[in-house]
Amino acid sequence: MTATSATRTVRRYERDAFEGVWNREWTLFRRFWASTTFSSVVQPTIYLLAFGLGVGTLVTAVDGIPYVQYVGTGTVATAVLFASAFPGMFNTYVKRVFQRSYDAMLAAPVTVDELVTAEGSWIAAKAGAFGTVPLVVTFFFGLTPAWGMLAVPFIGFLTGLGFAFFGMWTSAVVKTIDSFTYVTSAVLTPLFLVAGTFFPITNLPQWAQVLAQLNPLYHCVQLVRDACFGWRWPEDLGHLLFLVAFAGLMWVLAVRGLRGKLVG
Amino acid sequence: MGSARDDTDDSLAIRLRDVGKSFGQLTAVDGLDLDVPRGIVLGLLGPNGAGKSTTMRMLTGQALADSGSIEVLGLTIPSQSKQARTRMGVVPQLDNLDTELTVRQNLTMFAVLYRIPRRERQAAVDRALSNASLSDRADSKVNDLSGGMRRRLLIARGLVHDPELVLLDEPTVGLDPQVRQDLWSLIDGLRAQGKTVLMSTHYIEEAERLADDVAVMSKGRVVAQGPPSELLSTHVGEQTIEYYGPPHRVAQIEQLAQDAGLATRRTGPAVSVLGAERAEPDLLRELGDGVARAANLEDVFVLLTGEVLE
Repeated sequence: MTATSATRTVRRYERDAFEGVWNREWTLFRRFWASTTFSSVVQPTIYLLAFGLGVGTLVTAVDGIPYVQYVGTGTVATAVLFASAFPGMFNTYVKRVFQRSYDAMLAAPVTVDELVTAEGSWIAAKAGAFGTVPLVVTFFFGLTPAWGMLAVPFIGFLTGLGFAFFGMWTSAVVKTIDSFTYVTSAVLTPLFLVAGTFFPITNLPQWAQVLAQLNPLYHCVQLVRDACFGWRWPEDLGHLLFLVAFAGLMWVLAVRGLRGKLVG
Repeated sequence: MGSARDDTDDSLAIRLRDVGKSFGQLTAVDGLDLDVPRGIVLGLLGPNGAGKSTTMRMLTGQALADSGSIEVLGLTIPSQSKQARTRMGVVPQLDNLDTELTVRQNLTMFAVLYRIPRRERQAAVDRALSNASLSDRADSKVNDLSGGMRRRLLIARGLVHDPELVLLDEPTVGLDPQVRQDLWSLIDGLRAQGKTVLMSTHYIEEAERLADDVAVMSKGRVVAQGPPSELLSTHVGEQTIEYYGPPHRVAQIEQLAQDAGLATRRTGPAVSVLGAERAEPDLLRELGDGVARAANLEDVFVLLTGEVLE
């Protein structure tokens, strides 16, 4: 084994780092799947039912879509946000600061790039899966299955990737774990409310509409709705490119932030 | 061909030249030169804050030197640190085991990260469990292990891929004497297997018991290096005599010994006269009754650094 490893050349990105991280997370997920799934899907589902059935008695349809289905497809983005940003923030902080797991892994042939990408992609995969739950619930409120819906987990994955990296970046920026309160209140809550989930952003003032265009969740919501009710080109290409750019930017920030904390 | 390549020495597992590292105003490592020949256990002896842990982290590329050059197993750090880490095992001072996993799951995860082929993983993990005497606790959660077991698991994790070079950062700190003895046997076994071991410690006994070579580290640099016997004979001779008495008498003895060219060091209420075998009989009579003992590495350390261990 030693002779082999002495002569082999390592590449910048290798499967082993991903396999190690994913194996660990899969092991834990098998043990804690019930609580993890519960916390990630119940809250968005409650929003769906509360707004869809509550406000739905006042508003019958938006843009020709029955209101409960409008909200149901919109809360996919909410579920993705909850399932990606919070693990990205809290899990990463705990593993780095309290458990020092990342220190252990970086003493093995793993780089910060690989670590961030592996952790983020695992979180995003879960977010993509959990994001489909509101959609499934909406089937019970008359949502008609469509082929485009097969793209929803992938839209959730891409959005989740961006927000997982966002969470990982903030975990490297905050001074204490309590500081996440500011991130949740000042960043995530506004993003979640002004994403076109519960009402169209066209009802907002002009300046808020412009800001909403910079909200990744808005682009996720639009893509999911179009996947369910019919694609629109080239608008959907724009939404897709925005989400790709968001994930890319957050990856760079997460790698830089965590490298600064882990390798000094 | 660059000069760095020309200077490369294949007999060395680790080679540091004029390495410096600061954290803000704090200088942790200051012009450090260190050679670790292959196949030996080298003890990096120094008090807390001497720069030992920072040095260890620089060897894995987890801390970046501000200046100087570092080579590990012939590879340049940090540019080739990922490749170097495939061939070294690291046992950190602070417990960073994955407490949510079992003993076996911890080892399996690192068997993957260390690129052990899938078909060899199970055997590698079983071997690591056996070497660390943890086979019967393989399915226990880490949180259910004693402190000694957790430390053995840390060592097993660092050895799961059968590395050429092992970095042990304060391997027995905070453990009771019996557990320390067990771990020393484990580390002795590494020497028998021909591995290169760099072990930082601030325990004199640990360095004397385990290290083929000792590098005395103080304020971020190595002030002396060699086999313990050589360090003793070079710096403090064979015999140390400790003299006890009231402060004025201790001060008087200290002055007499120093006037005769002998090194001294204060040890609590006593003064130790080093290299006492070289003292003239008249001087020994003048110094009075003292307690003679064999010189040890602590004498060397205190003499060279003026600091006290622990």
